[in-house]
Amino acid sequence: MSDMQDYKSSPKYETFSYLPAMTPEQVKAQIAYIIANGWNPAIEHVEPSRAFNYYWYMWKLPFFGEQSVDAVLAELDACKRDYPGHHVRLIGYDNYAQSQGMAFVVHRG
Amino acid sequence: MAKKYEAGVKDYRETYWQPNYEPLDSDLLACFKITPQAGVDREEAAAAVAAESSTGTWTTVWTDLLTDMDYYRGRAYRIEDVPGDDSCFYAFIAYPIDLFEEGSVVNVLTSLVGNVFGFKAVRALRLEDIRFSLAYVMTCNGPPHGIQVERDKMNKYGRPMLGCTIKPKLGLSAKNYGRAVYECLRGGLDFTKDDENVNSQPFMRWRDRFLFCQDAIETAQAETGERKGHYLNVTAPSPEEMYERAEFAKEIGTPIVMHDFFTGGFCANTGLARYCRKNGLLLHIHRAMHAVVDRNPHHGIHFRVLAKTLRLSGGDHMHSGTVVGKLEGDREATLGWIDLMRESFIPEDRSRGIFFDQDWGSMPGLFPVASGGIHVWHMPALVAIFGDDSVLQFGGGTLGHPWGNAAGAAANRVAVEACVEARNRGMDVEREGKTVLTKAAEHSPELKIALETWKEIKFEFDTVDKLDGTNR
Repeated sequence: MSDMQDYKSSPKYETFSYLPAMTPEQVKAQIAYIIANGWNPAIEHVEPSRAFNYYWYMWKLPFFGEQSVDAVLAELDACKRDYPGHHVRLIGYDNYAQSQGMAFVVHRG
Repeated sequence: MAKKYEAGVKDYRETYWQPNYEPLDSDLLACFKITPQAGVDREEAAAAVAAESSTGTWTTVWTDLLTDMDYYRGRAYRIEDVPGDDSCFYAFIAYPIDLFEEGSVVNVLTSLVGNVFGFKAVRALRLEDIRFSLAYVMTCNGPPHGIQVERDKMNKYGRPMLGCTIKPKLGLSAKNYGRAVYECLRGGLDFTKDDENVNSQPFMRWRDRFLFCQDAIETAQAETGERKGHYLNVTAPSPEEMYERAEFAKEIGTPIVMHDFFTGGFCANTGLARYCRKNGLLLHIHRAMHAVVDRNPHHGIHFRVLAKTLRLSGGDHMHSGTVVGKLEGDREATLGWIDLMRESFIPEDRSRGIFFDQDWGSMPGLFPVASGGIHVWHMPALVAIFGDDSVLQFGGGTLGHPWGNAAGAAANRVAVEACVEARNRGMDVEREGKTVLTKAAEHSPELKIALETWKEIKFEFDTVDKLDGTNR
């Protein structure tokens, strides 16, 4: 049994939460993917204690038509500065599928 | 002018072969692959199939003259060669929509694949495809919720969902079974699944299983902060017992139940799908018995027909084959029918085995489920083939991890997320899968061990039922 590891669980937050936190360059690639798909980037944040709820706080409104990867990255950082300790997630709203094409926590609270 | 009644046997072609017929938008169209008996010509065989699957019988009867037979009959309107196989040919048949009860795939199948399959003039017969007209589609209930609603309910976006069938499939007590469920879910899977033959046997009655699995779901949700489900199999000996199980599943607040649509039957399945929409349960569909009818390239029903029929009958997930695992599946053909499950409009595309344009209107799509003999090394190919709107199910590939279910689940979750992340960056994950997985394993000891455990396993049997043109 000595070569077997015990499984340590920790709170997770859906997509990409099993990967190490992303570098700004990695986040930018995902923002670019959202924009390339024609989706609308949006940001949400919440206290970790109520992360299980469907609805988190919206940061401003979704950035309809935003084409600048850096502008979205700057908003993610601004949200984190205003709400230190909150989870901050990036969403790509797919209005054609009436769903979210992607959503993942960028800053882990 | 009114016709005179003449008793006797007429050639079918006189009535049911109509090469100049222009199908109506409302017609149901079918493509049969017919292997005729020696000495029966193509037009006669095609007309015979049209007749026997619609209004015809072997002899003329006087009561034919009391109705408008010209309106009600099916018509064979086109014949084509099967590429690479001259023992058989394709016959295209159009059926007026009034031949079928609204919203009843039971009625459609009873007509199209009823007596005609035992008919003497054909040596073998295969229903390759059906075009369900939009007018008919609109009479059917369809998936209880569909892809978009399920994503919202389960809070899963931007990646395939992960599942696992609990093993051993038979013999565990309810409490031990719930333990296996809990371990998978806490490790990072979204769903676990009852195996198809887990119903309510003496060693584990359904009520006990439901309660222990629900406890496992709730505990894993509290621990991980993610939404989880277990497909509670409500397939039962009778509809009354099926509904009793579904009712109990709803009462305990579980998110998803499952049904075997083929052994359970389309009547039960359609009823259950309606129940699930009404009561907010997602519905996972297993397909036991399908290979009995869809595997022989010359006789039976092609799986794409079963998939379309199930979409009309109702289900939110359906097994589709994996392309890469231990079970049957040709890649292009599989891509064809997973489109038929998910998309709103699927154009005719013979290279994918799709014989007709199919318009589903606003009927929701369902998740294809890839399950059977797959493990982490298959993940890059699965992500490339199936895309995000799919459920990837690793049974042995989770439970067989040397450190147990939770570690196996975590390995799969890390692998799928690494593949999606790399794909989004523009990487060809199928080609560079090894690099992606190896790099991800640097941060995941669970994945590292999984990659070492399964490296050598491969399934490379040739498929029995390939797309026509290559099946010689």
